[in-house]
Amino acid sequence: MSAPVDQAKNAEKFLADTVHEQRLDKLLWAMRMRRDAAARQVPEWEDLRTLASEIKEHTLSNLSDYLIQFEAKATANGVIVHWARDAHEHNQTVYDLLSEQRAETLVKSKSMLTEECELRPFLERRGVRVTETDLGERIQQLDDQPPGHIVGPAIHKTTHDVAVLFSEKYGSDPNNDDPAYLAGVMRENTRPDLLNAPAGMTGANFVVAETGAIVVATNEGNADLSAHTPPLHICSVGIEKIIPTTESLAVFIRLLARSATGEAITQYTSMFRGPRKGAAMHVILVDNGRSERLGMKRFWHSLKCIRCAACMNTCPVYRRSGGLSYGSTYMGPIGIIMMPTFEIRKYSELPFASTLNGSCTNVCPVKIDIHEQIYGWREVMEENGQTPIVKKEAMRVADEMLSHPALYQMATAAVSTALEVLPHFAIYNRLNVWGKHRDVPQAGAETFHAWYKAHRPKANEEVKS
Amino acid sequence: MNPTQTISRNTILDSVRKNQPASQQMPTIPHFHTNMPAGLVATFCESIARMAGVVVADNVPDLDPFLRAKFPDAKVICSATPEYAGTIELASFKHWSEASTIDVCILRSPMGVSETGSILLSDVELQVNTIAFLAHDLVVLLDPKQIVGNIHDAYEHSHFKQRPYSVLMTGPSGSGDINGITVHPAQGVKTLTVILSPSPNAERPG
Repeated sequence: MSAPVDQAKNAEKFLADTVHEQRLDKLLWAMRMRRDAAARQVPEWEDLRTLASEIKEHTLSNLSDYLIQFEAKATANGVIVHWARDAHEHNQTVYDLLSEQRAETLVKSKSMLTEECELRPFLERRGVRVTETDLGERIQQLDDQPPGHIVGPAIHKTTHDVAVLFSEKYGSDPNNDDPAYLAGVMRENTRPDLLNAPAGMTGANFVVAETGAIVVATNEGNADLSAHTPPLHICSVGIEKIIPTTESLAVFIRLLARSATGEAITQYTSMFRGPRKGAAMHVILVDNGRSERLGMKRFWHSLKCIRCAACMNTCPVYRRSGGLSYGSTYMGPIGIIMMPTFEIRKYSELPFASTLNGSCTNVCPVKIDIHEQIYGWREVMEENGQTPIVKKEAMRVADEMLSHPALYQMATAAVSTALEVLPHFAIYNRLNVWGKHRDVPQAGAETFHAWYKAHRPKANEEVKS
Repeated sequence: MNPTQTISRNTILDSVRKNQPASQQMPTIPHFHTNMPAGLVATFCESIARMAGVVVADNVPDLDPFLRAKFPDAKVICSATPEYAGTIELASFKHWSEASTIDVCILRSPMGVSETGSILLSDVELQVNTIAFLAHDLVVLLDPKQIVGNIHDAYEHSHFKQRPYSVLMTGPSGSGDINGITVHPAQGVKTLTVILSPSPNAERPG
């Protein structure tokens, strides 16, 4: 059994390096601002969010029928459909397909599902050379790190970091950190693999039951090349990615890129429905815990996620601590509510890496109640005895305080004085994990209770609205 | 399907049936035409420019001098439209990776999307799907009459229900993976030029 990931401790390393921390914070907040601007330009934005949520809830509540419909349609289109109960079955299926073709190299576009299944190390142990063709994913592969963000895997790295890495791996100029130059280095070095690989792999953003289509949204063109240049295309799909119709796809395409980067659409929104002449297309439908999550009354809504990462970009904890601190495939607010379903003990501390400010819920394009689920997971950890001792003690104190109003009022009145007189260690100690690296804001001179007592209307006064 | 596959399939479907919540209604999806941009062509041009695509709105009566002026160093020009004769036949590609020898690829799109500045391509127009990705530069002819309003309209095109491959392409390939700054190109074409040009066989999209 794995020891719990200590996100706060991992974040300390990232926070100690102010260059990276401040840069990531700024960069992600800029993305959040671009998302807001894009949303404002679509008058029906909120209607689209509601529709997306309803379509997903409809599909997930009829998932077995839609999976069967997709299978029938895709098979009729000439696609070979496989089913994988877990990560191992998925990886073995991919390996078997490659072995049948004697394929020793594989080009693949970005897929969080293949990260979740740890496909790359599985194949590499069996002698298959895998080339990630997404720029960010390739950077992380070369640096032997998992993705730090689900849309921009290497977003935590500076241009200098990438220049040094490419110089080590590709022999490029370590002093040239122009992103266009670095993207060119990647293009030059990856193209031979793309042209010569016997097999290619993609993930899927959406899967359309009505037409048996796989929909992939990318900016780089690497998914289309990975799918079409080699004679074998393998596509890995989580079973929750199904939507009913092409008509419903439009709703999600309008939301996805705007929520992710603030663009109206990605450069390539591609639909693969069947193999070309002389080639083969395989789709692997993967469960890996999803069907079980569907039965969790409080948490099944997390399956609505379309992996836009808007919740990460807006989250103050994520922005300040970086994606790698979560020690998990999915990170940030959405990761917090997904990861415990994979391994409860290992990810038992993640639900505490949140301020519960609700911003993640507000930006979610499919209206997942993310912050409420984070709170729900905290309760589950408490019920299952998985709450870390320091957090448990803090919650016990809060519980005691909140159940005695007089005690609470006395405590809040004392805060202002306390912040002035208490020594630094008393405020920024282990019991207040988030006090570390953060300045506690100056408390107001007057508590809300004191203000309300002085200003509340007398019994015969009219309340002005 | 082999026995292991049958077991996996049935196990997954049984688990989904057991766990899926009570059935919820599918909503009706409007096309939101009340919020459509006033000028479809003008909005299309603005939208694609935001994604680093170039639009030529002036009439280009003869493509040859246009292409020679725009791409003076181009040696291999591949045309997938009968409106222009390229220097190489599509049928000559034995393997689809051979499309990487193309300097300029020219073809006609059956639909543009005003909201996003996208153009539609499918295996019908491409014939060899990699030509629009492995070529250095891509030139697309688009009839302005075939520009639809938004993505809801776009997904009504029959290609999405009938063709093995279709793509909404919006600008040249790019990546924002380094420092969040989008740069061009990434793995696909370096430039995308859309020439607004009435189709010889004009018909409405879809």
